[in-house]
Amino acid sequence: MPSPLDEAAVAAAVEQAMMAFKAASDLDELKTARLAHSGEKSPLSLANREIGKLAKEDKAAAGKIIGPARGRINQALAARTAELEAEREAQILVEEAVDVTAAPRRRRAGARHPLSTLQERVSDIFVGMGWEIAEGPEVESEWFNFDALNFKPDHPAREMQDTFFVEPPEAHLVLRTHTSPVQVRSMLERDLPVYVLCPGRTFRTDELDATHTPVFHQFEGLAVDKGLTMADLRGTLEHFSRQMFGAEAKIRLRPAYFPFTEPSAEMDIWHPGAKGGPRWIEWGGCGMVNPNVLRAAGIDPEVYSGFAFGMGIERTLMFRNDVPDMHDMIEGDVRFSQHFGMEI
Amino acid sequence: MRIPLSWLREYAQVPVDATAEDVMADLVKVGLEEEDVHRPSDSISGPIVVGQVLDVVKEPQTNGKTINWCHVRVVPEGAAQPLTGDGIDPSGVQGIVCGAHNFEAGDKVVVTLPGAVLPGDFRITPRKTYGHTSAGMIASARELGIGDDHDGIIVLSRLGLNPEIGTDAMELLGLTDEAAEINVTPDRGYCFSIRGVAREYALATGTSFTDPAAQIEVADASGEGYPVRLEDQAPVYGKPGCDRFVARAVRGVDPSRPTPQWMASRLRLAGMRSISLVVDISNYVMLELGQPLHFYDVDKLQGPIVVRRANPGETLVTLDGKERKLSTEDLLITDDRGAIGLAGVMGGAETEVGDGTTNVLIESAHFDDVSMGRTRRRHKLPSEASKRNERGVDWEVADEAAQRAVDLLVQLAGGTADTTATDTGSRPSPVVIDLPEGFASRLIGVEYSTEQIETTLTGIGASFEQYDGGLRVTAPSWRPDLAIKEDLVEEIARLVGYDRIPATLPVAPPGRGLTRGQQQRRRVLQSLADAGLTEVLSYPFVSTEQNSTFGAPRGGSEVAALKLANPISAEFGYLRTSLLPGLLETARRNHSRGFRDLALYEGGLVFLPGDQLGSEVLPPLGVKPAEEVLEELYAGIPDQPWHVGAVLTGHEAAPGAGFTPRAWEWSDAVDAALTVGDILGIELVVAQGEHQAFHPGRTAQLSLRTGEVVGYAGELHPKLLADLDLPARTAAMELNGEALFEAAADVIVAKPLSTFPLSTQDVALVVDSSVPAEAVREALREGAGELLEDIALFDVYSGSGIEPGKKSLAFGLRFRADDRTLTADEASAARAQAVELAAARCGAVQR
Repeated sequence: MPSPLDEAAVAAAVEQAMMAFKAASDLDELKTARLAHSGEKSPLSLANREIGKLAKEDKAAAGKIIGPARGRINQALAARTAELEAEREAQILVEEAVDVTAAPRRRRAGARHPLSTLQERVSDIFVGMGWEIAEGPEVESEWFNFDALNFKPDHPAREMQDTFFVEPPEAHLVLRTHTSPVQVRSMLERDLPVYVLCPGRTFRTDELDATHTPVFHQFEGLAVDKGLTMADLRGTLEHFSRQMFGAEAKIRLRPAYFPFTEPSAEMDIWHPGAKGGPRWIEWGGCGMVNPNVLRAAGIDPEVYSGFAFGMGIERTLMFRNDVPDMHDMIEGDVRFSQHFGMEI
Repeated sequence: MRIPLSWLREYAQVPVDATAEDVMADLVKVGLEEEDVHRPSDSISGPIVVGQVLDVVKEPQTNGKTINWCHVRVVPEGAAQPLTGDGIDPSGVQGIVCGAHNFEAGDKVVVTLPGAVLPGDFRITPRKTYGHTSAGMIASARELGIGDDHDGIIVLSRLGLNPEIGTDAMELLGLTDEAAEINVTPDRGYCFSIRGVAREYALATGTSFTDPAAQIEVADASGEGYPVRLEDQAPVYGKPGCDRFVARAVRGVDPSRPTPQWMASRLRLAGMRSISLVVDISNYVMLELGQPLHFYDVDKLQGPIVVRRANPGETLVTLDGKERKLSTEDLLITDDRGAIGLAGVMGGAETEVGDGTTNVLIESAHFDDVSMGRTRRRHKLPSEASKRNERGVDWEVADEAAQRAVDLLVQLAGGTADTTATDTGSRPSPVVIDLPEGFASRLIGVEYSTEQIETTLTGIGASFEQYDGGLRVTAPSWRPDLAIKEDLVEEIARLVGYDRIPATLPVAPPGRGLTRGQQQRRRVLQSLADAGLTEVLSYPFVSTEQNSTFGAPRGGSEVAALKLANPISAEFGYLRTSLLPGLLETARRNHSRGFRDLALYEGGLVFLPGDQLGSEVLPPLGVKPAEEVLEELYAGIPDQPWHVGAVLTGHEAAPGAGFTPRAWEWSDAVDAALTVGDILGIELVVAQGEHQAFHPGRTAQLSLRTGEVVGYAGELHPKLLADLDLPARTAAMELNGEALFEAAADVIVAKPLSTFPLSTQDVALVVDSSVPAEAVREALREGAGELLEDIALFDVYSGSGIEPGKKSLAFGLRFRADDRTLTADEASAARAQAVELAAARCGAVQR
């Protein structure tokens, strides 16, 4: 029987260990292999024990045979362990795979109403120009809504407004037909010069249909300063329209009539992104503030001049975002708001 | 206003090939907005010719009807038929079956030949009928779309026409003409006439204008005509209701004469029906010159005409057959019997011209626009006359208009004009406006030359002279809208062209950005969207029941709300005092469209009448009211605080793979309200509340630390939900945002952060079921003292192990000191104090 310390025997033991480790297909099998080939009862461990029995002068030679052999085995064991652990981890990840397309939506995102978002967007553009946002009551004194704006008591334009009156009529309260009373309030309450944008909800006695609603939103602008001209009005509108509709947007003015402005104009916008191709679209009214309106607010029209403009937010949303029917804006169908999310 | 092009061409240089669209494109440049095109030839096309009936054979049918089998010559005898095609007889004689009986052999008629198309896409083809091949149709006015008369076919001789056979009948009947319809702004009354629009067209195109009024030669009167007295006893704003009354008489008018085709077709294109020659003449002159006329049957008048205001209790039967109770402000035309017309608005039935009228008195008068408008509104009587009179008619044109009517009655109706004439009244002083030099340029931002200004003023019919510092301008008599220098500037700017105005951007002084309130509102609205709710905007119109249900708790008394005088719907005739009716209606609409899981919110004003509702004061325009008047106006404006509300129904999300969503419930509404408080930095106090719209046991009242109640949240009353057809457990909240904004700190002061270790202690307390958790929490908080960093309720339990009528509340307490690590004893001591106070206040017993 050859000695376990025999070089060939050791090599054979190492060879067997290597094969066993390699053959181990998982960490459990590797554990068995480890116990067999590097455990206390493994051939090399037993051989190592034999070294003690050797004569002093032979120990070193035997150690030189056993030591590296054990080192190789341990190295191989560690490498195989790492390999199998990596395999196991990879396997776990494979097993943990899910169908990501089936993820439930636990939290539903909310949404702003596009009319609100658009109103805020418009306001921000003017705030960026140094203008301020002015607001006022929706139930308004008839004087602020009409008389201060130079609507004569018998002027046909006054009834054209189709006004909601609050009872009793002698209280002279109306649901404001435009946000212009806020312009008057701004002129009365603020120091000159005044540059304000007045967004808000307005009312006229129209029946609801595809293009009309008795409750709608407007934004009106007012600037009162020394030396303001109609060219300043056009410049302001063009700057604003480019922020809303892109660098190609421009403004066209057509003669019109409003009691509160003189001269007055209808304003069309060249909408580069209009559905069906770029075109002119009627957007709102504007003009130079009528001197009677300035006087009603105690401003001397010989010293100051002003310009004003007004557009409908619903109308703007209709042609900017291609909303075909007014009903969608006012009925509160959640699909309408949710389609827009927080954007406009 | 509809402008037939053939009419416009008489006074303006409209190119022969110009279409209605071309004309409108020019007019829009000067402010007359395009409205529509009326072009008969869009729906009717030839061959439609004049034919002569050669013979008529009456053929009775088995169905009881008798048809006429006719031969009609459609080309002049001896001439060749130039047309070819299916059904066109080369002989020039067509065989036609006709059902009408109002004609006979020899009559000239309108024949629509095969190939013609009539309104309604009615195509004429030869067709077999009643045993004949009928190749064409003898047309009635209605079939051609030119009248309602369907009693029979058009017999041209009865229209006073005798054209040659084969003449193009489209041309003859005015069917080749077309009209441009424009929108006239309220200030431009003069554009309700061919005269006014022709002038504007000339100004828009830089071509010449022929004033139709200037073409009329007013005959010299041989003496006073029909007696007329202007006796306005109560002028409005001091202006007499009638300041000029021209009356002319034409006698011996033949009432059987037809209206000539050219006139009838122009009236039709202008949107007016042809009624009778006499009435048509009055309308024709009005459309041409803008002067409304009224024709009286002279023989029905009794005594002199007096123009005055109505007496108390007076009534009048107007042309439309309605009896009108008159106001003492109504201006009347009267004779000896009393009222015979509402001046300038509508005539009376008793003196109107009729089929038998032979002697006509023409009224061509100038009335006060304000008086006219008031009467029209009072009696809801919009008429072509009132439309013009209330916008202001040219004072000067009254006699020319009367003369034009006289001429037409003489020429067309065979009448004889009286040589006398009445023209009473006094000319108002013309409006003179000083236009300072350079003012137009300063206001518009365009350098206008003297020539541009003077050309414009001349073009609109104004006259002017130099004064030291500018031009003294006299406005034309037909432009009552020109009153101030800015009006003249608009004329200059629009006629030189608004497209000449450059764009300059004025620089506003440094602004202050959004106000605090505006930012707070935005944040509240945004945060609710971030929390998964969807913003809606609902109408503020509600019923009085809705206000009573959803308004502030009222303890039995009626809720105060603003009522609309003229609501869209009588049922929803009040303004909302709460956002919830609109939110619930929106929820219901979504629900009915199949959306069951809803979280909706809205921000908006509610309307709360205060002690003072409005003000009887209505200060005049153009003047700043005195401070105390302004104060009075401000004080009358009802309180309109901004509220925010939410409605939650169904589930917080749709079910998903491996995920069952939670149903919304009362606590989510409370949570939404608290979220609003959190983002404004306000700790809202929750207490058990009472509100008629909510479940009596599931209502949270939300208040500020000061005790001010700012809203409610919880589950809506089950009965209410059943009535509204909404699912049980639907929850809602509403907060007075304005009150929250006011309560928010201007500056939030930072709290120092302690980095010493945290010590946590839990405590379970048993209390009576009726004790609110909030009360126990508050007691614990107070009792624990300042070492307590935070406290949270993490469990509520009742059942096994707990005495009936009791509940166990489990709180987690977090202790931390600012300056040291707490010992276990310190934390336990604080906990013990907390429990002691909860025991004392709420009867809590440690479990």
